[in-house]
Amino acid sequence: MPKANQMNTVPVVVNSEACIADKGCTVCVDVCPLDVLLIDTALGTAYMKYDECWYCLPCEKDCPTNAITVSIPYLLR
Amino acid sequence: MNDKTETDEFLEVDVLVIGGGTAGPMAAVKAKEANPKLRVAVLEKANVKRSGCISMGMDGLNNAVIPGHATPEQYVKEITIANDGIVNQKTVMAYAERSFDMINQLDEWGVKFEKDETGDYNVKKVHHMGTYVLPMPEGHNMKKILYRQLRRKRVQVINRFMATRLFNGPDGRISGAMLLNPRTGETAVIRAKTVILCTGAAGRLGLPSSGYLFGTYENPTNAGDGYAMAYHAGAELTGLECYQINPLIKDYNGPACAYVTGPMGGYTANAHGERFIECDYWSGQMMMEFHKELEGGKGPVFLKLDHLAEETVEEIEEILHSNERPSRGRFHENRNTNYREKMVEMHISEIGFCSGHSASGIWTDENARTTVPGLYAAGDVGSVPHNYMLGAFVYGAIAGEDAADFCESNDFAEIDPAEIATERERILAPLKREDGIPPHQIEYKLRRLVNDYLQPPKVTRKMEIGQERFAEIRRDLENMSAADPHELMRANEVSFILDCAEMAAAASLYRTESRWGLYHHRVDFPETDNAEWFVHVQTMKGENGMPINFKRDIDSYIVELDESERDAYQKLRVSSTQTES
Repeated sequence: MPKANQMNTVPVVVNSEACIADKGCTVCVDVCPLDVLLIDTALGTAYMKYDECWYCLPCEKDCPTNAITVSIPYLLR
Repeated sequence: MNDKTETDEFLEVDVLVIGGGTAGPMAAVKAKEANPKLRVAVLEKANVKRSGCISMGMDGLNNAVIPGHATPEQYVKEITIANDGIVNQKTVMAYAERSFDMINQLDEWGVKFEKDETGDYNVKKVHHMGTYVLPMPEGHNMKKILYRQLRRKRVQVINRFMATRLFNGPDGRISGAMLLNPRTGETAVIRAKTVILCTGAAGRLGLPSSGYLFGTYENPTNAGDGYAMAYHAGAELTGLECYQINPLIKDYNGPACAYVTGPMGGYTANAHGERFIECDYWSGQMMMEFHKELEGGKGPVFLKLDHLAEETVEEIEEILHSNERPSRGRFHENRNTNYREKMVEMHISEIGFCSGHSASGIWTDENARTTVPGLYAAGDVGSVPHNYMLGAFVYGAIAGEDAADFCESNDFAEIDPAEIATERERILAPLKREDGIPPHQIEYKLRRLVNDYLQPPKVTRKMEIGQERFAEIRRDLENMSAADPHELMRANEVSFILDCAEMAAAASLYRTESRWGLYHHRVDFPETDNAEWFVHVQTMKGENGMPINFKRDIDSYIVELDESERDAYQKLRVSSTQTES
């Protein structure tokens, strides 16, 4: 069946300068209860792949380099 | 065709705990303490370090039964009345009697509770009658403390696997579970002598009014997995018509939170800033008054803190913006809501199942046993009403200890290989289907229908139409397609949500009276009918695969209620603020 691709802004923002995923860190990916974060291996940073955020903050609090900022998802901001 | 039957990994444990949030880790630790030789595993869809509805901690105990402040008998009375009499008092008593020991256990493990200058627990009053609320100003460490205990007791932890179905042996006894890895799409089978379901609430049943699928009150990983798995395993469920509906910060959809702010002078108010309910403890009766005010001319409803002293507001901010749902602070900031100047707009949550706050769960007795031998349930997915976090800990402990006992006298039951094959095909089907409807689209429609047709006030004809729509969604599941293993997890959750929606509709239609205030407010049966309906309403899977309902008598009370107390929770409205209708 035909499908459309719609873009969403997502609430988890990763500072690629600070992120140390290229050194093997996966803390944010490990702790996310919804499993929505991934590592972009080409860029060596974490990113939010699925717009399924509970704005619960373990990714932000547990990040060893403070690279993550979670905002409130747009629909409920 | 690549038949993976031979390659499915078979694990074997004595006690399998499904869900590593609150009750789960406690169940595993207590099973190990009861018998260190047992192989005990905690299975977690996410990661036990940050899973469940307390992933960021909790700001207090809502139901602490502490000598000098409350007695188990008083507590049993309070919950009996708050739940309109429909309780198995033995289960509430089993909690109340172990409540204080559990607090001391947590204290010993390093959980910091508020204490007064003499070192006694500093308990606050929020309930209508007794005093049970104990703040935990540093409750954000809760998950770390539980994790340390899991390591210390050598519990096996299996992260990032979801359970999709339980298996029963030839005699009906529990025999194991089917697992799916949401990152790789691999399946596995785990054999177990006992299974303890600690999968939390059915938190993705209704759609939040923001329309954001994951903007739920409960942690949205809790999709109702345990309710659906127990149902398919032949267990009895109870009180599914007694929905969870909570008063929350509008749009943010997290607690406001009256249990924290109430003892410090905050309260729920209408648009005029007037108090309209006597007591902010969450009950169906309270929610009914909340709903009336919200929809009435003096609505909407607010949390009022703007009259408090600066240092009190600072203390509230410190607690509310660092525990349980810490992103509350940035939500308010976006909207320029400063507690000192503005009241916080409130709303009511989507519907869900959760015994932690209401009474909907898998039927369990005072030993946390379900009606299926070898299967236990604890925490929000169990059926002990108003059980909250401390109840999850206590019932986790009870389940773990009883499961350890069960392993002494029972060996493994067989798992039928044909059932494994059928289940594997069922759960992997959306991934193999290349052209179909994405899970999130089916989920959105399903949960929107739940709002349209099941949300109270409940109307018979609407709920029947809801059932017709759910049947259509069930046909749509045959056409659901997942692009990757992550979407496959969501696809399987949609199937849990649909099971829960069908159970909610059936149980609500069956009880032809109104009870529990807003939770089961049936407009066409507005009266409470004790002659006919002073019973539990049970739900089971029928022969045709659809829910069947029946009545279960209420066990005779072990704590009698005084005549004057019976309707204490029916008189929650402040008398000068009657709504005009």
